[in-house]
Amino acid sequence: MWNLLFGKLTWNSLPHVWYTIGGTLTLMLMGAVAAAVLTYTKRWKWLWNEWLTSTDPKRIGIMYIIVALLMLFRGALDAIMIWMQQALSVGSSTGYLSADHFQQIFTAHGDIMVFFATMGLLVGLMNLVVPLQIGARDLAFPFLNTLGFWLYVAGAILINMFFVFGGDFAATGWLAQAPLSELQFSPGVGVDYWIWSLQVSGLGSLLAGLNFLVTILKMRAPGMTLMRMPLFVWTTLCSSILVVTVFPILAITIAMLTLDRYLGMHFFTTTNGGNPMMYINLIWMWGHPEVYILVLPSFGIFSEVVSTFSHKKLAGYTSQVLAAIFVTILSLMVWLHHFFTMGAGADVNAIFGISTMIIAIPTGVQIFNWLSTMYRGRIVLSSSLYWFLGFVATFTFGGIAGVLLASPTADYQLHNSLFLVAHFHTMIVGGALFGLFAGITYWFPKFMGFKLNEKLGKTAFWFWLTGFFLAFIPLYILGYMGATRRLDHYTNPAWQPLFIISVLGFMVILAGVTTQILQIIISIKNRKQNMDLSGDPWDARNLEWATSSPPPFYNYAVIPEVHGRDAFWEMKKEMKENPQPANVEYKDFELPKNTPFGIYLAGFALLFGFAMVWHMFLIAGIGFVGMMVCLIIRAFDEETEYILTAQEIAKLEQERKDHIYA
Amino acid sequence: MKHKAKTVIFLIDALSIATLFVILARNGNLQLLNPQGYVAQGQSTLLVMALVLAFCIGIPLILFTLFIVFRYQEGNNQAYTPEWSAGKKLTTAWWSIPACIIFVWAIIGWQSAHAYDPYNPIIAQSKPIEIEVVALRWKWLFIYPQENIATVNYLEIPANTPIDFQLTADNAPMNSFWIPSLGGQIYAMTGMVTQIHLMANKPGDYPGGAAEMSGEGFSGMNFTVKATSNKEYSQWVQSINQSANMLDTNGYNKLVEPSTNNQGKEFSQPNKNLFNSIVAKYMSNGNTIYMSQM
Ligand code: HEM
Ligand SMILES: [Cu+2]
Repeated sequence: MWNLLFGKLTWNSLPHVWYTIGGTLTLMLMGAVAAAVLTYTKRWKWLWNEWLTSTDPKRIGIMYIIVALLMLFRGALDAIMIWMQQALSVGSSTGYLSADHFQQIFTAHGDIMVFFATMGLLVGLMNLVVPLQIGARDLAFPFLNTLGFWLYVAGAILINMFFVFGGDFAATGWLAQAPLSELQFSPGVGVDYWIWSLQVSGLGSLLAGLNFLVTILKMRAPGMTLMRMPLFVWTTLCSSILVVTVFPILAITIAMLTLDRYLGMHFFTTTNGGNPMMYINLIWMWGHPEVYILVLPSFGIFSEVVSTFSHKKLAGYTSQVLAAIFVTILSLMVWLHHFFTMGAGADVNAIFGISTMIIAIPTGVQIFNWLSTMYRGRIVLSSSLYWFLGFVATFTFGGIAGVLLASPTADYQLHNSLFLVAHFHTMIVGGALFGLFAGITYWFPKFMGFKLNEKLGKTAFWFWLTGFFLAFIPLYILGYMGATRRLDHYTNPAWQPLFIISVLGFMVILAGVTTQILQIIISIKNRKQNMDLSGDPWDARNLEWATSSPPPFYNYAVIPEVHGRDAFWEMKKEMKENPQPANVEYKDFELPKNTPFGIYLAGFALLFGFAMVWHMFLIAGIGFVGMMVCLIIRAFDEETEYILTAQEIAKLEQERKDHIYA
Repeated sequence: MKHKAKTVIFLIDALSIATLFVILARNGNLQLLNPQGYVAQGQSTLLVMALVLAFCIGIPLILFTLFIVFRYQEGNNQAYTPEWSAGKKLTTAWWSIPACIIFVWAIIGWQSAHAYDPYNPIIAQSKPIEIEVVALRWKWLFIYPQENIATVNYLEIPANTPIDFQLTADNAPMNSFWIPSLGGQIYAMTGMVTQIHLMANKPGDYPGGAAEMSGEGFSGMNFTVKATSNKEYSQWVQSINQSANMLDTNGYNKLVEPSTNNQGKEFSQPNKNLFNSIVAKYMSNGNTIYMSQM
């Protein structure tokens, strides 16, 4: 009975080391504070009705970004712990963490940053911007959207759950490479937390990808042909195609590992005919495209930002689109570059090496096109553009480092070294994250109704850029010194100064983060001065700026008609020539109702995942049945939409205008 | 603001480049750029070329970007052509510039991948020495079949003699065998034999280690490679051969038990068939008898 109910969970598994106890207390405290504030302000109902059960992509997008920022913070705490250990642990000193703790921390760091911080920010921005940019009122599948979001949250909770409920986290590296992640070498529950967290949140990502794919293909405003879509929409489309293509691979790979660990099968074990090399292949068939899933939307953001702030149309639109498509296709064909050193032989290695190098061509083309866009423009150096410049400065070097790694001969020396670590941080921080910062700064007024403080934004940028170089140039050098990644201890004292410089760099980045937090607080405080009433604070070009800031919950009272690229720019020109707006005639339209089933389903998924981690099969069964029941009930609900009538719309629009001109 | 920004960017660039060069110029620790072996030498050529590429392409590109940004800022009264887009010629150029660079780099990549493939035997005057490497938890076992000796976490080799490493693993996850100064790196896996050929160009002590995270004792899996003269090498082999510390089945079974931070050890007369039997036991179909014997 105990087994059925509690599985492997015992008193001894509860947290008992200082950092898990600390984490537990912090988490509980945060929860308590949030609950107290909500009760005090009597906001529970509001929270549930307006936010948690919402199917409005703008609300969901904002919730994604909030959760992602929390996870970014959590990942940053891991980062500082990793860095401190490596700065301290040389020669006779072994630092302050045991090898096992250290390994758990860098594993959690990688997973949290990739799956929960970056992916969350990204899907959040897509939710906010894509429907507006294509002139739609909603996504194609509103229910899948809230479900995907809540599965993502369930995954995020699962990955932090060992803090409160005990056990440990995987100590295998962020991809849990077999055979290290098999029972033989990782008998604890750490890998199981990894499995269920990623399985659950991975399903969420898949649903999001599917949703955006269909939305972009089917729900564009009349006149918005594919070749008139803004580049952020294009890159979101490419990213979604990649998600739909490769996330099933991830799900199946994890499922096979699960069968190995739970039912004693032998897909990836060292014994009984298992083949760990197959795991490495499969995980990178997902893993390489994943890095492009992360970075492609940022390319789209930069295209928007550069053309807006140069007040010029994007140069080489077609070539920019082709480059994105080219990258999408190529990124599916290069996975082997992550393990040239497995010894496949020169021909195989060289072919995959060359296909990898080729990706650098479309990447370079995009940078050149941005330069052409700025050429003979009227550039306003806003902080979004600063992030773009930071991106050029970092990404160029990261790309060259990548091209070096793509040469098998060089990779034999650099594989698994800190040089590699520096490469991908340059790409993910300088590429994906800087892009997301640019996007958040750029679109913030659209959704909040006021701009962020530019001056603090720029200060934050300088901290970030300086900190970034200080933190990561030493890692490139350490790689050239033969320093391996993931070392909890090393003997060569010559490495230590570089690790220390790197910690200092991290401190400077932290100063940047602090400035960003300050920026948000001060911007909210002074929002009256930065109010954006026009809905178009940057003199921008695409449809999202055609509505008010913030947009009404239905986005567009009348779906706009698109006559060319840079749809809003064209509209503005037309308005100048022909200032009398045509008499608008409102029509009824349907909008999705709110639904709590996303939360319910994800709640049961969370229960299921947690119970599976601890082999509590009875409870896992309840979780599974719960999910199924929710799905069935929801499937029988015929009234998932409601109609907004023409009169209501007219009234809402009038109120909105009165409010804006008041 | 404008001037401040320019100065700061310039300072950051200058500082980072300067640090890099200072360290490059006076640091013997940059093992990958101070190759001591035949393979590492070939590999380091590429590493240096990439550095040159980084500075010849990266820095001009960044400076050019800054130039455009500052030149076409609002209020500078430069030409403004809001409808201008890159034409056919420019687009062709934008695609061909990176394509040409990558074309050259791809040729270099293809040729070097074949020239320095770890499976390639190294041609030299002296006869190659075979060393069998077993990745264990968490130490390296080196078996010298021709000399009939074995070591743990310590390698001694004659300089200017090609070494033919054959690698596998036992009761351990994947690992990667890396001696940066001589050339790198190849995975060691259970039930598989991989191979890497290396040669030290001159006598000296070179650090080696494990490059693939393999669990608790991973960071303690480092060892020294001592490259010596032929004469010293044979003396060393002889001295071990005379020692009574033999590696029998029992001794090996003890070695296979997980342990961390092992100091260098030396053994005489390892079991003749040890390496092959380690590989074979993972190949036998569904047979776990060998595992339980440990
Ligand atoms: C110019 C294009 C790029 C090239 C040629 C390139 C090349 C490579 C190569 C060859 C490796 C494997 C190195 C090794 O394991 O020894 C690698 C690793 C990696 N790259 Fe890139 N890359 C490029 C762009 C990117 C981008 C845009 C991102 C992310 C946004 C990225 C993220 C990563 C990550 C995360 C890893 C290593 C993951 C791990 O081992 O844990 N790369 N890259
Ligand atoms: Cu890759």
